Amino acid sequence: MSLLDYFRISKASSASLAKERLQILVAHERSSRNQPSYLPQLQKELLEVIRKYINVDQDAISVNFEQNDTQETLELNIVLPDHQPKTF
Amino acid sequence: MARIIVVTSGKGGVGKTTTSAAIAMGLAKKGHKTAVIDFDVGLRNLDLIMGCERRVVYDFVNVINGEATLNQALIRDKNCNLLYILPASQTRDKDALSQEGVGKILDELKKDFKYIVCDSPAGIEKGAHLAMYFADDAFIVTNPEVSSVRDSDRMLGILSSKSRRAEQNEEPIREYLLLSRYAPDRVKLGEMLSVDDVQEILSLHLLGVIPESKSVLNASNSGMPVILDEKSDAGQAYADIVARYLGEERPHRFIDEKKGLFGMFFGGK
Repeated sequence: MSLLDYFRISKASSASLAKERLQILVAHERSSRNQPSYLPQLQKELLEVIRKYINVDQDAISVNFEQNDTQETLELNIVLPDHQPKTF
Repeated sequence: MARIIVVTSGKGGVGKTTTSAAIAMGLAKKGHKTAVIDFDVGLRNLDLIMGCERRVVYDFVNVINGEATLNQALIRDKNCNLLYILPASQTRDKDALSQEGVGKILDELKKDFKYIVCDSPAGIEKGAHLAMYFADDAFIVTNPEVSSVRDSDRMLGILSSKSRRAEQNEEPIREYLLLSRYAPDRVKLGEMLSVDDVQEILSLHLLGVIPESKSVLNASNSGMPVILDEKSDAGQAYADIVARYLGEERPHRFIDEKKGLFGMFFGGK
């Protein structure tokens, strides 16, 4: 492979890199755009309720909203801390 | 039935005003009475691109405030008597445009005009919002470049949720992609996103590709919409775009590299 070829390949990757970055970004921004507006509030209140019983971190709870043609799914995921003493 | 077209992009400097001027002129040249409105209050520029900057007496905001009638503010184009320009105000008051005021003016224009082209300012502030709010069709001007593509996608989100058609649950705005400042040689080298790449990311109907062209600056220097430069590649690209929008079938051009002399003699297809 000549030096010229090497430069050609590194150039060829800049557009494909742009495409890849955009695809990820756009998919992410679209999914958050389609979320119902109550989602952040719901997440906050759920966290408050759960914290009454279990000591979990802010980032230990995730609320995901997914939508396809036929149904909408609300997924709630809570990661419990290790060695949590039972309080109830 | 009149149709309102918004020319928008989110990002600045991609060619919204160039496009607004070109397609408005193109539609008028095809025999349709057309008005083109500058929504960029405070940063008026459409008048310069259309070459009527010295004939501005009243503007969009004067009409909204009842200080002038629509007929007093509309400027008839010097090249085409079916084309009228409504210039933006140079006021620094960014609340000068109101949804109610804009709606009223558009309703009045709809009685008399076939097409109303709204040249949106950059950004997603009030002017951009009002430019797209009443639209029937949206021309999304995008450059094959990451920030422009991202901003276009954001505009698509706004069009589908914040427009009048979205709010009133009507048939959605028809969205079209206009890919501008395209450089086929750089695409071939892998230095620029291709038409297919951009279409794949935005999933939009492609109305046309406008090549990066010296004729665009020449046109704005002289205050003549580039579509009037019929020999130029960008002028022809806009003529194609107008024809396709009006329902004509035209194969896409300016996507592949121009062949040099060598290519003409020895190139394959």
